[in-house]
Amino acid sequence: MYVAVKGGEKAIDNAHKYLAEERRGDTNVSELSLEQITEQLSHAVSRVMAEGSLYDPELAALAIKQARGDLIEAIFLIRAYRTTLPRFGYSNALDTADMTIDRRVSATFKDLPGGQILGPTFDYTHRLLDFALAAEGLEQPRAEMSDRELDPDMPRVLELLNNEGLIESASQGFFEDDAPVGDLTREPLEFPASRDLRLQNLARGDEGFILALGYSTQRGYARNHAFVGEVRLGDVTVEFTPEELGFAIDIGDITITECETVNQFQGSKTLPAQFTRGYGLAFGHCERKVISMALVDRALRCHELGEEQVAPVQDDEFVLSHSDNIQATGFVEHIKLPHYVDFQSELELVRRLRKQAQESIMQAAE
Amino acid sequence: MDTIPDPASGNSSRKNWMGTLARASETDLEEFWDLYGKATEYDFLRPPEFGLVMVQGRAGGNGQKFNLGEMSVTRCSVLLSDGTVGHAYIAGRKRRHAEIAAVFDALLQNQKRHDKLNEMVIAPLADKRARALSDRSRKAAATKVDFFTMVRGEDA
Repeated sequence: MYVAVKGGEKAIDNAHKYLAEERRGDTNVSELSLEQITEQLSHAVSRVMAEGSLYDPELAALAIKQARGDLIEAIFLIRAYRTTLPRFGYSNALDTADMTIDRRVSATFKDLPGGQILGPTFDYTHRLLDFALAAEGLEQPRAEMSDRELDPDMPRVLELLNNEGLIESASQGFFEDDAPVGDLTREPLEFPASRDLRLQNLARGDEGFILALGYSTQRGYARNHAFVGEVRLGDVTVEFTPEELGFAIDIGDITITECETVNQFQGSKTLPAQFTRGYGLAFGHCERKVISMALVDRALRCHELGEEQVAPVQDDEFVLSHSDNIQATGFVEHIKLPHYVDFQSELELVRRLRKQAQESIMQAAE
Repeated sequence: MDTIPDPASGNSSRKNWMGTLARASETDLEEFWDLYGKATEYDFLRPPEFGLVMVQGRAGGNGQKFNLGEMSVTRCSVLLSDGTVGHAYIAGRKRRHAEIAAVFDALLQNQKRHDKLNEMVIAPLADKRARALSDRSRKAAATKVDFFTMVRGEDA
């Protein structure tokens, strides 16, 4: 139990002034601008947008600066800010088949329409520290440009399997298209959770937690051997239908990363043996997150696919209740705040028990 | 009042110009504002206001809908002295951008002004975006790769 404490205002004020000075650091070093953060720390910005569940690179950069690079603290600031704004409504569902492509790779098909596009990737780098980056005034790096644009036709890779009927259809089965979409920012999560709520939870869930759970599926905790059918990175149009207009307009483009996994499925009483899908989608450039998300999404589908639940990653209550790093850090970190009254009663209990035990030993000895 | 009949189709449609205005940079908009917008008399029906739109995705790209997360949006509505109403919904927190876009939306609905504004404002903005998209596409295309599957000795 946490009992409110009074006092300490002066110390708290001074602690915050000290924090501000530490945040700024050595004033001989130039101050970080928000533009520098959005332009040069874009993966940090992506993570704060995805897990803060608010797409706004400038706000994410501000939060990162204010939090001194503590991304969970930055996500906390973003979550708090979003509660101050009214919601105008819901967008039309994103059409990711129509997104611009910065990167698109498949681990399952070598030759696919539109091709494998590596884009700006860490893959195939040697992971050796580049000491040249420590120097200032470097020559401006320039990307090569092809004479030709990408093939405009970039079909979903898994549709190739769908054409053969070897994979479950994503567009039908297990759901009603006109069913209301669950929103865990409006209603508390209940179990068992439907896939819409699971995906919303995972999309804003902690990258490290989702990564670890995804990894557990690969190590055998839920028998789902997964391939990455496709990873895409690029910009997608957001369409919104304002009430006063009555038709959909484009309000802008957002950067997203998408992953679809292909998983083995032995078949069940009602379903033939076929491949099944896991899905990951998040704001910004965050491949690790969406691949992990797709693994966990697939594992959580065990009940609808008639699979036995044998691993933590298949337990929606366990996964979804612990994925939110703001809830988690709030509860974990609050135990450092004053619990004096609480602890005092524990202390008295232990003293009393020890005293009783000692008395009974003395009595036995007499 | 002469208005463009079909708001949702065609290249010069209202949907199209609103999308182009939404994606423009604020610097470009200010430039066009000085040339074609600032003499306009208008009142705010709704001054620029920040809010959120919940972005929805679909499982598998075309399956069950779900709420992905919110994005910040600025909206603004203006009333011209001739009674035309202009609206803007713009990604991000951009008061000035939303105001200029709402006024241009109103101006573009007038048939007499439409063609000139479409030619002088919307077309150049759309061209600029098309060039940026093309550059980006050509950068990605330079990273297109062909993987070879090596035949191993024992299988040869």
